[in-house]
Amino acid sequence: MKDFVQLFTQLDQTTKTLKKVAALVDYFNKANDKDKLWTIAILSHRRPKRSVRTSLLRAWAASAANVPPWLFEESYHIVGDLAETMALMHPNLESKHDKSLSEWIEFIIDLKNLEDEHPTESEDVLATKKEKVRWAWNQLDETERFIFNKLMTGSWRVGVSQKLMTRALARHSGIDENTLSHRLMGNWRAETSSYHQLIIATDPADKISQPYPFYLAYGLEIKIEELGKPNEWLAERKWDGIRGQLIIRENQLFLWSRGEELVTDKFPEFEILTEVLPNGTVIDGEIIAYQDNQPLGFNVLQSRIGRKNVSKSILDKAPVIMIAYDLLELNGKDIRESSLQYRRQELVRLVDNAASEKLLISELVEFKEWKDLLKERADSRKYHAEGLMLKNKSGTYKVGRKKGDWWKWKIDPLTIDAVLLYAMRGHGRRANLYTDYTFAVWKGKELVPFAKAYSGLTDKEINEVDAFVKRNTIDRFGPVRSVKPDLVFEIAFEGIARSSRHKSGVALRFPRMFRWRKDKPAKEANTLEDLEKLLNLYG
Amino acid sequence: MALLQFTEKGIFCERANVYIDPWKPVDYAIITHAHADHSRWGNKFYLSHHLSKPIIQHRLGSDIHIESMEYLEKRTIHGVSFSFYPAGHIIGSAQVRVEYKGEVWVASGDYKLEDDGFASPFEPIKCNTFITECTFGLPVFQWQNQKEVFDDINKWWKKNQEEDKVTILTGYSLGKAQRLIQGIDPSIGKIFTHGAIEKTNEIIRNMGVKLNQTTYVNSEISKSAYRGALIIAPPSALGTSWQKKFQPFEVGNASGWMKLRGPRRRRSLDRGFVLSDHADWDGLNAAIKATACEKVIVTHGYTNIFSKWLNDQGIETQIEATAFEAEGIENTDKNNAE
Ligand SMILES: [Zn+2]
Ligand SMILES: [Zn+2]
Repeated sequence: MKDFVQLFTQLDQTTKTLKKVAALVDYFNKANDKDKLWTIAILSHRRPKRSVRTSLLRAWAASAANVPPWLFEESYHIVGDLAETMALMHPNLESKHDKSLSEWIEFIIDLKNLEDEHPTESEDVLATKKEKVRWAWNQLDETERFIFNKLMTGSWRVGVSQKLMTRALARHSGIDENTLSHRLMGNWRAETSSYHQLIIATDPADKISQPYPFYLAYGLEIKIEELGKPNEWLAERKWDGIRGQLIIRENQLFLWSRGEELVTDKFPEFEILTEVLPNGTVIDGEIIAYQDNQPLGFNVLQSRIGRKNVSKSILDKAPVIMIAYDLLELNGKDIRESSLQYRRQELVRLVDNAASEKLLISELVEFKEWKDLLKERADSRKYHAEGLMLKNKSGTYKVGRKKGDWWKWKIDPLTIDAVLLYAMRGHGRRANLYTDYTFAVWKGKELVPFAKAYSGLTDKEINEVDAFVKRNTIDRFGPVRSVKPDLVFEIAFEGIARSSRHKSGVALRFPRMFRWRKDKPAKEANTLEDLEKLLNLYG
Repeated sequence: MALLQFTEKGIFCERANVYIDPWKPVDYAIITHAHADHSRWGNKFYLSHHLSKPIIQHRLGSDIHIESMEYLEKRTIHGVSFSFYPAGHIIGSAQVRVEYKGEVWVASGDYKLEDDGFASPFEPIKCNTFITECTFGLPVFQWQNQKEVFDDINKWWKKNQEEDKVTILTGYSLGKAQRLIQGIDPSIGKIFTHGAIEKTNEIIRNMGVKLNQTTYVNSEISKSAYRGALIIAPPSALGTSWQKKFQPFEVGNASGWMKLRGPRRRRSLDRGFVLSDHADWDGLNAAIKATACEKVIVTHGYTNIFSKWLNDQGIETQIEATAFEAEGIENTDKNNAE
């Protein structure tokens, strides 16, 4: 594991992209295929299945460190990372093993396999797991323990994007970066694949579910007139749903979300499209909630996300369709290098021929001059849209977030001035700082919490608020503190909807801190009434 | 009447009418060490260790009324005897031992157990009541011994030197900076210092204390002289135009907080070295045990958690609020305690 520890340390110690890529290339050049595959898997968020419940790990870590469970939990609140807390608290030892990264991962997978021999989590199994985990902790030094724990516990942000990893892999393997990022997408797992199969072998049959990397737009940074001639561009609505890629190959349908998650099962209503779309079709579109020829708000769609089972009543309450933006594959041929004009023409033909109420074309917003779009953009909220998309008709379909051919032109957010009421410690890079806040508005003399937000402040402002929280704590509940209601922030959000799950009766879409209103005393913050006005206008 | 009480001005010995590290002006202040939160402005009279005196005078003005004494010397006031014991925190840092008719209280100020080769090493004192900080009073804080840390720092400096870069290492001006200057291998290259640190060095050298050679960064030195060299600077110099003129450089910080990945990544550092002038978890527990005290009073740091832990261990512990710098992860800028 030494090479991987070194890689991790180097990635962790630098903020410079060049250094990160260099460290990765260096590692790929040294590592064996198994370690390479697992490293790629880890950096693209594919970890081995969880083999031990974290509640057990916590208990074992506390007893290994000779501390009571409450003290473990308090330390965890402050450190902000479970794997790190367990690693730091363990008596510090020298590394005394020569296992590689993949051998340690196999060790973890074997823990999971223990359950196969004994179907339930019997005491025997738990005792063996405990013994093995404690043995492992005793073989590892502090950084190795951290990595081992991260592999055991889940979400791990190493601070290197998939894009950088792909760039390094391209340099190591000599394979083109775009080709690689395509190969790395989809449903592969390191447990069942090999480096050769995934990276080197070309187009094996099991790649029929493989999506293309999404092309993502930046926000418009220049005056719209500077884009050039209006007739070289097209405009469409930026729908507020889940960006998705719909794949029909070999009579099967696959639906991918932008987060590279296969969500086919979550949206069974699209299955029917296999009958009306030809094989070798890949469509980029937006999944939105839609009923009676009308888009519904994002909150309706949200009620479906995160549910394990899609029940009949959910399907009735939150019906979805896909709005098709683009065509990436036609008759099994990758057409991303063709112009948008051509791709769209073929897309319209496909959608027309499909004649399905589940698949609609993203209609163009007509305009002759740029200024015609101003009003259209201002109307976005009426359509539950986030704004407009501007696309160059001659542009190709690119990989990842790129400037030039696509721009998103969002409407200005809604805003409200609110009082900071609770603060919670953050995680990861923000561990140990109070960075997650709950905001409230006035209802008479009472403050009613209505939104949580943690983004939008600069590091300097975060430090300032953190110091305020520590000095003005009224009460503590675990990692949360209630604070003197003194600070006012302008909270920006994309949408508002009624909600029975929230005490305030409203749910906000993507709330964040827009501005610290140091000029405003708390008593001048907005009221629940103001919030309800927004709800009536836009909800 | 308790021998020491916590009042709004500081830790107070009513019988002697003396305060220890007061945070509001008083007539008679006994000072544990020269950090700004422990030796404050405005007292009519100060008593400190010999090695703290010139530093305090430098900070608070040469016109203050200050006397000093050696470790283990005694000064008796109204029958209460006061003496200093080494605290191992920074140069001149002391625990204050207070005794009246066989009852002993110790106000330990800030301390660490490891002998850093520069500050006089910590000595445990048997007492009835022990007043302690707990800046790092969580079991996740376990320090490596300083030799290993200095090996890492030396290696890092050498690597930067090979790449013809400037190495900038930050640590607060009084204490950490001198510990770094003394602990790093001076044969690797030339060591420069930021002005704030060189001031402190000068005072320390004037007291006759030996400190490795350093050169103050100034405009008469040509830029190329810094290539391959080490510059010791206070954390407040990070991100300033002062720092930028040394491009290309690598920046590191030496602090106990570097133990945590969050703070380490939050400051745009190339390296974080875990080196603290405070006791770690084991250190705090060992220090308390060595006093064989009946009662502990915790003053700053993770007081709620640490006192609960001690009470669970059967050691009677209470928390007293003080104005000493507590949750200090972000305030390394204050030329001060961590
Ligand atoms: Zn202190
Ligand atoms: Zn101090």
